[in-house]
Amino acid sequence: MEKTWNNKAWFMVLPVLVLVAFSAVIPLMTVVNYSVQDTFGNNEFFWAGTDWFMDVLESDRFWDALTRNLIFSAIILAIEIPLGIVIALNMPKKGIGVPICLVLMALPLLIPWNVVGTIWQVFGRVDIGLLGRTLAALGINYNYVQNPLDAWVTLIVMDVWHWTSLVVLLCYAGLVSIPDAYYQAAKIDGASRWSVFRYIQLPKMKRVLLIAFLLRFMDSFMIYTEPFVVTGGGPGNSTTFLSIDLVKMAIGQFDLGPAAALSIIYFLIILLLSWIFYTVMTTSDAQG
Amino acid sequence: MARINLEHIRHAYGAKPKSEADYALKEVHHEWNDGGAYALLGPSGCGKTTLLNIISGLINPSEGRILFDGTDVTHLTTQHRNIAQVFQFPVIYDTMTVYDNLAFPLRNRHVPEAEVDRRVKEIIEMTGLGGWAKKTARGLTADQKQKISLGRGLVRSDVSAILFDEPLTVIDPEMKWVLRSQIKRLHKQFGFTMVYVTHDQTEALTFADKVVVMYDGQIVQIGTPAELFERPRHTFVGYFIGSPGMNVLPAEIAGNTAAVGDQSIALNFQPKVNAGAKTELGIRPEFISLGRDGMPVAITKVEDIGRHKIVRARFADRPISIIVDEDGEIPAEPRVTFDPKAINIYADSWRVGEEA
Repeated sequence: MEKTWNNKAWFMVLPVLVLVAFSAVIPLMTVVNYSVQDTFGNNEFFWAGTDWFMDVLESDRFWDALTRNLIFSAIILAIEIPLGIVIALNMPKKGIGVPICLVLMALPLLIPWNVVGTIWQVFGRVDIGLLGRTLAALGINYNYVQNPLDAWVTLIVMDVWHWTSLVVLLCYAGLVSIPDAYYQAAKIDGASRWSVFRYIQLPKMKRVLLIAFLLRFMDSFMIYTEPFVVTGGGPGNSTTFLSIDLVKMAIGQFDLGPAAALSIIYFLIILLLSWIFYTVMTTSDAQG
Repeated sequence: MARINLEHIRHAYGAKPKSEADYALKEVHHEWNDGGAYALLGPSGCGKTTLLNIISGLINPSEGRILFDGTDVTHLTTQHRNIAQVFQFPVIYDTMTVYDNLAFPLRNRHVPEAEVDRRVKEIIEMTGLGGWAKKTARGLTADQKQKISLGRGLVRSDVSAILFDEPLTVIDPEMKWVLRSQIKRLHKQFGFTMVYVTHDQTEALTFADKVVVMYDGQIVQIGTPAELFERPRHTFVGYFIGSPGMNVLPAEIAGNTAAVGDQSIALNFQPKVNAGAKTELGIRPEFISLGRDGMPVAITKVEDIGRHKIVRARFADRPISIIVDEDGEIPAEPRVTFDPKAINIYADSWRVGEEA
């Protein structure tokens, strides 16, 4: 197909461009500004070059937090994506069950992050929480305030509870878009349940799965509110993710330079990883 | 290959059908001969696809039994019935290659790989997909995809029957002829029982030995193309088969004359009509001759379609169509005569025969 060059279209995107400039580009540039300068107050700035970046990249604190982030995202994706697919496959396709399931699925998504954090923070408490008390009554030694493993399990279960629905809804949308004729043809061709999944449902869900995967990766990699509310990054530093560290650095210690440098590194990591995932998945798509 | 018997099949999509109108498929009781080529012809929504899906087992009929070679298969799954079916729109497994797509129904049935290879190569040759065999099916055009669907239907050599649900809708006209004659050739070669759903009468008439015409959830006539043309059992068959369709005129029947408006037409038989029935006279445009003798008509339009002309006219204040030869003359004061042998009389839309 021949390409049409119609430069008038650019004028159409101009309003959005202006909006994005104000909402994203300008704040981002401020961060860039901080990351290459040093300040001692009084609005005096000194050129710092790449010093802050070097500092951040050389600190164990950064690498530890990054490792935690990567492990957390990997676990989240490994649980939520397959679980979401399984639930979507088992949701009813017609009848009264459809709206009921959809509403139930959408409920966790409607709850604000800090509320989710608070719910689980209370839910898991050993003294008054339903979960904490129940586990204690069963003789299980669970305490997310003292035990790093328990803190991690709590955060993961909470995220699975909060966000698996998103994967389910996306997969379900992909599944219901498959025409009946495909299932009928598969029956005629004698395909097994697994073949139907492998050759019909999975390929048709591929696009929405890609979106689900990217969204869940980016969101889990940027997680802040819930661990902040539930564990506050503890016990020790065991649940201190990059975002929590960043806020500690910027607001707690008021180290604006290093915090800005960390922000930019953080942003670039997410951008890079998302780009890698996207490229890998769409390339395999093109090759079939 | 099998003889298929449908015994008093009825189907309603709703849970509890109350009246006759709730049935998408009204009673069908019919035998499909082993090795027969049938065309199921009818307008959209007349129950063709429902009937097809009942035969293949994708739908369980609300009532009735299905027998394959005398064995009851009503409650068997599609797989156990061993039926091949080709759908209206292409269904392909788009992560597989063209070759694997065609091999899929065989591999699912654990056919030895040497046999799979032989069958698939045969189908690839037949459909002309040779250059595509090793490529994924994703990038193909709609008609190439449909050829794969068709190929998957034809690849199994042991099927009880092959059902086609308007398989050539998305194929372009030239290829339609090629594929249709290939299907026909395969039928001759292997003697599959074939049921071919279509709403295209040319397709039905060229493909099938027997044409089954469906209308409003029931089979209105089963016959050879000639029977459907000459003796339509129902006025719908008259309209639907033929181009243009049969002229159906309201008529008063008295003894062996039929009165249409103020014209009375002599019949060569005495139709057996019950009092109170809505009676109509049907005559095909091919059997009306236009000349200087007979009953007056007013011509409204003449369409020249090449081999012959279609004259649209008003007869006894009713629109009729007449087919005239290409060089046939149209007189200034036109009159028509009906060929008495070609006149059919209908009571409440169903054809009536001679009084016993």
